[in-house]
Amino acid sequence: MGSHGIKDRVAIVGMGCTRFAEHWDKGLDDLLLEATGEAFADAGVHQDDVDAYWLGTAQGGMSGMLLSKPLQLEGKPVSRVENMCATGSDALRQAAYAVASGAYDLAMAVGVEKVKDSGYQGLNAFPVPNDGTGRTLTAAAMFSMVLPAYASRYGVDAHELKAVLARIASKNHYNGARNPRAQFRREMSVEQILAMPEVAGGLSVFDCAGVADGAAAAIVCRAEDAHRYTDKPLYVKALSFVAGNGSGLTDPAYDYTTFPEIVACARDAYAQAGITNPRTELAMAEVHDCFTPTELVLMEDLGFCERGTAWQEIQAGAFDLTGDLPVNPDGGLKSFGHPVGASGLRMMFEAWLQLRHQAPADRQIATTTDRHLALTHNLGGYPGEMVSFVSILGTELDG
Amino acid sequence: MAAISGGGGGRGTRTVAGYDEDTTTMGVEAARAALRPLADVKAQALWFSTVAPAYADKTNATTIHAALRLPTSTGAFDVNGSVRSAIGALRAALAAPGPQVVVSADLRTGLPGGADEATFGDGAAALVIADADTAPVLAEVIGWGCATEEFLDRWRTPGEDRSRTWEERFGETRYLPLGVAAWEQALAAAGQRSDQIDHIIITGTSTRANAALAKKLAVGERRIDDLGATVGNTGAAHPALLLTAALEAASPGQVIALIVLADGADVMLVRTTDAIAAWAPSRPLAPQVAAGGEIAYGTYLRWRGLLPVEPPRRPEPARPSASAAGRSAEWKFGFVGSSSEGGPVHLPPQPGDEVAVPMADARGTIVTFTVDRLAYSPSPPVVFAVVDFDGGGRLPVELTDVDIDQVRVGGRVEPTFRKLFTADGIHNYFWKARMT
Repeated sequence: MGSHGIKDRVAIVGMGCTRFAEHWDKGLDDLLLEATGEAFADAGVHQDDVDAYWLGTAQGGMSGMLLSKPLQLEGKPVSRVENMCATGSDALRQAAYAVASGAYDLAMAVGVEKVKDSGYQGLNAFPVPNDGTGRTLTAAAMFSMVLPAYASRYGVDAHELKAVLARIASKNHYNGARNPRAQFRREMSVEQILAMPEVAGGLSVFDCAGVADGAAAAIVCRAEDAHRYTDKPLYVKALSFVAGNGSGLTDPAYDYTTFPEIVACARDAYAQAGITNPRTELAMAEVHDCFTPTELVLMEDLGFCERGTAWQEIQAGAFDLTGDLPVNPDGGLKSFGHPVGASGLRMMFEAWLQLRHQAPADRQIATTTDRHLALTHNLGGYPGEMVSFVSILGTELDG
Repeated sequence: MAAISGGGGGRGTRTVAGYDEDTTTMGVEAARAALRPLADVKAQALWFSTVAPAYADKTNATTIHAALRLPTSTGAFDVNGSVRSAIGALRAALAAPGPQVVVSADLRTGLPGGADEATFGDGAAALVIADADTAPVLAEVIGWGCATEEFLDRWRTPGEDRSRTWEERFGETRYLPLGVAAWEQALAAAGQRSDQIDHIIITGTSTRANAALAKKLAVGERRIDDLGATVGNTGAAHPALLLTAALEAASPGQVIALIVLADGADVMLVRTTDAIAAWAPSRPLAPQVAAGGEIAYGTYLRWRGLLPVEPPRRPEPARPSASAAGRSAEWKFGFVGSSSEGGPVHLPPQPGDEVAVPMADARGTIVTFTVDRLAYSPSPPVVFAVVDFDGGGRLPVELTDVDIDQVRVGGRVEPTFRKLFTADGIHNYFWKARMT
């Protein structure tokens, strides 16, 4: 018994990612064809060369035929994956395990979401028949409960904390402004963000992820085969997943300043990858900044800084593009946008660009010159009940 | 009112049901208050009367039955549709075997600018009927009188927001002799003289007829305040509401008359017992009236659907599943959580737990809260709190009857049975919390 991981046994050898935007003129099929096409070309393969597919979409439709139809795949296995907002990451995880097992030589994970066809702003969960007693709050309101809890536990002034959150949003807008694939490409100052009206608890719309359509894809193979497809593969160092049991909602000991599922998930990932000090060993991190307080808490839950210090580290610029651990250099969910099923793979796409020094010059991070590891973190759910995914990817094979 | 509707209004106040209340939820509230000190009363039947039932075809009393967690063997019956149905249900219940719970509630609407809009009220009352071996009897019935006649004084087409009335002077000519006949019948049945009655309640569908009968019977100072200036006329709920008010003010050995003028006249005479001296109602009427908050007229019109407003730009909630709701009825309607022996309380109940934990009477403390201006609600914004209940159990729960400025961490709350929304004609009942 144990979580052993597949360190250095699987490599990503090609990736693709659409622009994330309100694609009024593109459907699910268009987005899938664009992202997969870019990944096939990147790896120099044809879709017939890929032995198996994993399609992640939270609400895009049912079954693997969502992918096999637009691509007109012939006799290929396609699994449809759903794990809330961590869907895209879980698709990659399953594809990676499939090639690690030896069942397939080449596999693709693709994530997609077409959220802008609902006619409503924000994300709207597909209703499953239920007894009508479930919570009806928006995700923004659920995550807003972190604010008073964090301020109270660590003695942070409420206005100071709002400024910290605005700093997170501003940083992600700054990074997104340098990303041609991002939904929002305009810098926003802390002052501009602080002036927005509150819509959920202490949060304004500028504390919330962009809502966008998009798709992203990755092709994986066994590590020993990687150089057949690329000179610069990205090796999978760790893949960790934790599905919470919802106890945070019912346990009076839960205080809304931490997400225990993520702490456990990160611990497992670091063990798989052999990381002891993520702050100094990682070159970058893409984290699930669905709302600004989420990114605040993640800095502590992922072990990037001590408990109760993230707000100071953020203010000091530690996680800026030029900081000592850049977080969300592509703009994050905030600025890149959040097509649910695609986001996890979009995060890996940024690691793909940054660790291989292919990011545009104005957002290429400097930490990659002497560090070779990236972390992606993807979550689904709410404080008290969430699923968490953490990957560690790297350009070098150990020993 | 007059500034907006061009008429109506007047002196005093009226009660207004919240946007998440209907006659069923108000009935639950009243019945819980009545039954709280009477845990040993095993009701044989629950009777529910209203002019404004939440459902037709489907029985509304069964929802109240479920929220009260009455046993399957207890009957639950609607006696609905007219103001008079309530006094009829009371009389039927008094004649039925074993303890009975008689609930009446009304949500009284009139069109903007009319007299009914201003003089009506929303409310509910519940009476528990039992013998002295089962519960401390507060008052014994000593006589009934009844007179029935078909004539048109006040009527409403089912589903309409308004009543219509004939010229009141006509109704008065019918109600006066009917009232006198029923009065004399009741006095004779009880062996009482008119001047021996200590408190007299006169209520019904015509304020003019009520006043005329009071004068005819020389009621004078003995008349119980009809709450017209504070609560308003709560329709089917009003007889039991005023009887409750009279009982709360009465001394042992007094005789109270309840006269209801609605499509005839019904008179019930009761004599209070010694037990009434020790009676401490769990939720007495006067403090409730005094504690009322103000509701803006526009809000009232919006809540009643009389002022259609732009809905929130969010998908409307899906209808609850009948079978899923049926499986979780103890939680959804009864607010019963679970625990393992000696373990933590789980809200909602957790599979595998063997102990049922009733939470409806628990009190709790707000741990944290948020105001959601994005979520769908019939009356945004949604105020939501994480509540830790005394004795265990945590629930993230919506707050209601709430003044946002009063919500604070550490604030105390109690559960209250409400209607979350209506979808596809299905009322989604569940519990919220309210500040105490």
